[in-house]
Amino acid sequence: MSPAPGAAAPPRVVPPDVRLSAPAEPEVDERTEEAADEATLADTPWQTIVWNDPVNLMSYVTYVLQKLFGYDKAKATALMLDVHHKGRATVSSGSREKVEGDVSRLHAAGLWATMQRAS
Amino acid sequence: MKAWRRQGRGDRVRYVAVLERPEASVLRGLMGQIEQMLTGRGAEAPDDELAALTGIRTGPSTPPEDPVLARLLPDFASSDEKDADDLSSALRSMREPELIEAKRAAIATVLATCPAGGGRVELAPSQAEEWLAAINDVRLALGVALEVTEDMPEQLPADDPRADHLPVYHWLTWLQDSLVMTLTG
Repeated sequence: MSPAPGAAAPPRVVPPDVRLSAPAEPEVDERTEEAADEATLADTPWQTIVWNDPVNLMSYVTYVLQKLFGYDKAKATALMLDVHHKGRATVSSGSREKVEGDVSRLHAAGLWATMQRAS
Repeated sequence: MKAWRRQGRGDRVRYVAVLERPEASVLRGLMGQIEQMLTGRGAEAPDDELAALTGIRTGPSTPPEDPVLARLLPDFASSDEKDADDLSSALRSMREPELIEAKRAAIATVLATCPAGGGRVELAPSQAEEWLAAINDVRLALGVALEVTEDMPEQLPADDPRADHLPVYHWLTWLQDSLVMTLTG
């Protein structure tokens, strides 16, 4: 995740003609290299995982976790820091249908989320 | 730009900023590009008779080939999950149309509330949330295009082809972060 921008004042923008062209090489998928998460939420069939990425802001991820799941700031911040430092965190769990909905809402917010069976 | 500030209380709270003309222009331009890409992807949805009968739209079952769209519309299943590809395909067909609609709606809110020539932006709380999501999508797209890393410098060497575009990314980062801070502060 990206920390807060350093400058308090807005940077100046001289807009170039930005085109969203694709880079030549696809990103390497590092997910298979991640260690298995601790089973913090036992006895639940599915889990929602949020993965670290270089663009999402720490402040925004904390905000989204509070908004979507109703977590208080301390819990949302702890989950965000897990994503940042460990590369991933389990942010919710429950029935397959519930977790599908959670992943969908996280995708709408732009977070990189997936679902998997709880181990 | 005059930074975000909160005005009013309760139901009447508004989040206000003033954008310069070039800022509004670059923001709207990028939003328009993402909107076009999402609309194009939405048009790839299969147009089958069952969907016409039931009114339930289904989307493509395979991820977008374009890496920007692939980042905006990621797979659902963890890659190490058993039958990950089948699960992701099924959920993509079922859920991608609504995801595209949500992202397009957020962009539409930005385009409706950000004056084309720059000036005052005044947002109700729900509109501010849509701004956050839409700015984030533009940053994700630029992140792919500019190959952004976690420790991206403020400036790149002048001979780097991305050097001219990086300030826009950093400005959007600031725009989003300061709006989060104003919403939660």
